[in-house]
Amino acid sequence: MNNRARQPPWAVRASALARSPARAGRWARRRLFGNWVDSLLTLVCLWLIYWIGAHLLSWGVLEAGFGTEPQACRGIRGACWAFIEDMWQLFLVGMYPREERYRAYLAFAIACGLTLATLFPRVRRWRPLYLLWAVSPLAIYLILRGSETLGLVRVDTSRWGGLLLTLVLAAGGIVLACPVGIVLALGRRSRMPLVRALCVTYIETIRGVPLITVLFMSTVMLPLFFRGGTEIDKVLRAQIGILLFAAAYLAEVVRGGLQGVAEGQEEAATALGMNYAQRMVLVVLPQALRMVIPPLVSTFIGLLKDTSLVAIIGLLDLLGIAEAATANPRWLGRIVEAYVFAAALYWVLCFFISRVSLRLEKKYRFGGA
Amino acid sequence: MTAMDPPGQRSVRRGSWRDPSLRAYAYQAVVFALVAALAYRLFRNTLDNLAAKGLPSGFGFLSNEAGFGITEALPVPRLAGALLVLLGSLAAGLLAVWGLACWRRARGGTLGESDGLVLLALVLTVFLPGMAFYLTRSSFQVGTYTEASTYGMALIVGVLNTIKVSLLGCALATLVGVLVGIARLSTNFLVETLAAIYVEVLRNIPVLLQIFFWYFAVLQTLPGVHDSIAWPGVALLNNRGIFLPNAMPAPGSPWYLLLSFGVLLAIVYLARIARRERDRSGRRIPVTWLSLGLLLGAPAAAWWLVGPPVELTYPELQGFNIVGALTLSPEYAALLFGLTVYSSALIAEIVRSGIQAVTKGQHEAAHALGLKRGQVLRLVILPQALRVIVPPLTSQYLNLTKNSSLGVAVAYPELVAVGGTAINQSGQAVEIIGLTMGVYLTISLLISFGMNWYNRSVRLVGR
Repeated sequence: MNNRARQPPWAVRASALARSPARAGRWARRRLFGNWVDSLLTLVCLWLIYWIGAHLLSWGVLEAGFGTEPQACRGIRGACWAFIEDMWQLFLVGMYPREERYRAYLAFAIACGLTLATLFPRVRRWRPLYLLWAVSPLAIYLILRGSETLGLVRVDTSRWGGLLLTLVLAAGGIVLACPVGIVLALGRRSRMPLVRALCVTYIETIRGVPLITVLFMSTVMLPLFFRGGTEIDKVLRAQIGILLFAAAYLAEVVRGGLQGVAEGQEEAATALGMNYAQRMVLVVLPQALRMVIPPLVSTFIGLLKDTSLVAIIGLLDLLGIAEAATANPRWLGRIVEAYVFAAALYWVLCFFISRVSLRLEKKYRFGGA
Repeated sequence: MTAMDPPGQRSVRRGSWRDPSLRAYAYQAVVFALVAALAYRLFRNTLDNLAAKGLPSGFGFLSNEAGFGITEALPVPRLAGALLVLLGSLAAGLLAVWGLACWRRARGGTLGESDGLVLLALVLTVFLPGMAFYLTRSSFQVGTYTEASTYGMALIVGVLNTIKVSLLGCALATLVGVLVGIARLSTNFLVETLAAIYVEVLRNIPVLLQIFFWYFAVLQTLPGVHDSIAWPGVALLNNRGIFLPNAMPAPGSPWYLLLSFGVLLAIVYLARIARRERDRSGRRIPVTWLSLGLLLGAPAAAWWLVGPPVELTYPELQGFNIVGALTLSPEYAALLFGLTVYSSALIAEIVRSGIQAVTKGQHEAAHALGLKRGQVLRLVILPQALRVIVPPLTSQYLNLTKNSSLGVAVAYPELVAVGGTAINQSGQAVEIIGLTMGVYLTISLLISFGMNWYNRSVRLVGR
């Protein structure tokens, strides 16, 4: 019984059906051949599955070219996976110098390790974890950027690319936008009309325009904003644009959480003699932020997908590198493979994160934190 | 701490630093000063930098000659006219709803959802597209954008292209999304699974990647004009785009427009009369069959009297060009497909959660009352589901409109792309980006005003 409870529901159902043919027949009659429309739909779906499956199989496996050399793809009709096998590191880290790539992978490992560790409740209770989380962005930045004092060669941000750049932009965006978003959300709920008006204007303006215009603004107009038209790093400019954009959306997410905190909480805090900052930091925000974890995660997923727009302003993120890789003379025109591989990477990330978030949400809703 | 709030019992001297209202003024003054100083600083720097680069500023450039071509420039005055009529009829529809409400109220009743919304839906679904179609297709030819046109004109063409792709995208995404959303609730295991795969795969891949895929991997790899893939009577596909049969209004088409309006109005009132008759005497009038008869009979009669509503021309290869077709350029098609497919996956989830939000008890109670399946759906489930569905659906429409700016990546000349070209040509980056943002902001605000109005009108009224 205990063993069964641990399996996912579909596995339980599948094993039950496999053990009893009569049950399987009943299931099929109910779920596949309920009436004639259902039966017809089932047949159409089966044909569709066969048609798509057969094409995918022959394109992706049976008639595909494997290896690492362009010769492997000569005269084949299916996918040329040799291209991906040759170039996959480019998709992951972009033009990051070959000898220094281990640093990029180290950064991946730190981020993944921390995330995975945090998923276990037992580890989550270990206090120093929060400290690790707090220093990890800086550590990752130092590892990637390098510094002479640490004995690491400096790597210019123009050489960052691929999945690395996508993750840096998305994670950096959300981490930097969090404080701004919280301030904006508090400002929007403030009793001071001027502060409220400023925050509402900012939030609604950013939410009302497409990200690409914000990115154009940060790339074209940011240099104009500073004295002497200072040369600002291209990646940094994109990061600022993403930060400005994400802050507005985060502010709305946080506002949702703030609205969910019972008014009595703040009143009680006031009665205890706390000032505004104490009330917010010690009483209201901890409750509000805990509530907004699931929507925060979906904002992050959205941002992860949206960072692909930096390809338009000429950065080589995962999408940009997929486009650039197809221009490689050795592998000219392997467009479909490049996009399919990039899409698969995006998909795995987004799907995995959304599943984790779903689990968290269910747990908080039913189990209580 | 100086900023400590006074614990209740201590009285606050007016004008003292402990007075919260005074402090609020002080804080706001500080915030305002900071923001103003920052804004002024940025503004000055920008002006200085522009002056140092020898770039002009101001909106005077809008009346200068643009000097660049736009590949799919819609004839501006014609389309602008059509849009004007569209907005005009929308206003007329709203006015009619309002009038109806007043009339009802004067007679002591209230405006039932059925009359008002039906009338609005009628205007939205039949009359407006018909009118727009007629106007864009009718034979008068007026000013087209050329290289000699102004920057202002170029930007207007961009706005029109944005609207063109957004409207069709919203319509198609809703169609596909509703179908997939309902399929996800199917009792059929395979249908449900396939719909779930569709949603999960497509909503987790960035829309820009999907647009690129459609453009570079699908539409650009189609064969050349002379080896077009032909689906006779449906479409002609090649690397210059998708060529569909074109419909030009026949001389009789205005009559059809009037007729469709009349028929729908007749059906609405037929339904009302039938309801009143049923309430009064219990006699049922077969509304469905009568409406069906009207819907089929009236056009048939019109066909016999004034001929067909449209004349279809099929795409044909003449020399190096294809004539007589409604052309979707690869850029437009890629953008449209990418936006539609991505948004439809998101809309499917909205539809599914909306329908699931109606509790099982509602189904059961409706069945227990003896309502038929269609009635359960129409009278009990849909009104409740729509209340949940419409707000996120609207924000999806907004997102789709904003995402249409990705057309810049495949060189579809929508607002951002035209703006980008204009920036390169004129160097007036600040003004053009500001204008672009202004246009999107206006669209967003208009839609959210509409949304708030809808939310107010359907919200649950507690007793």
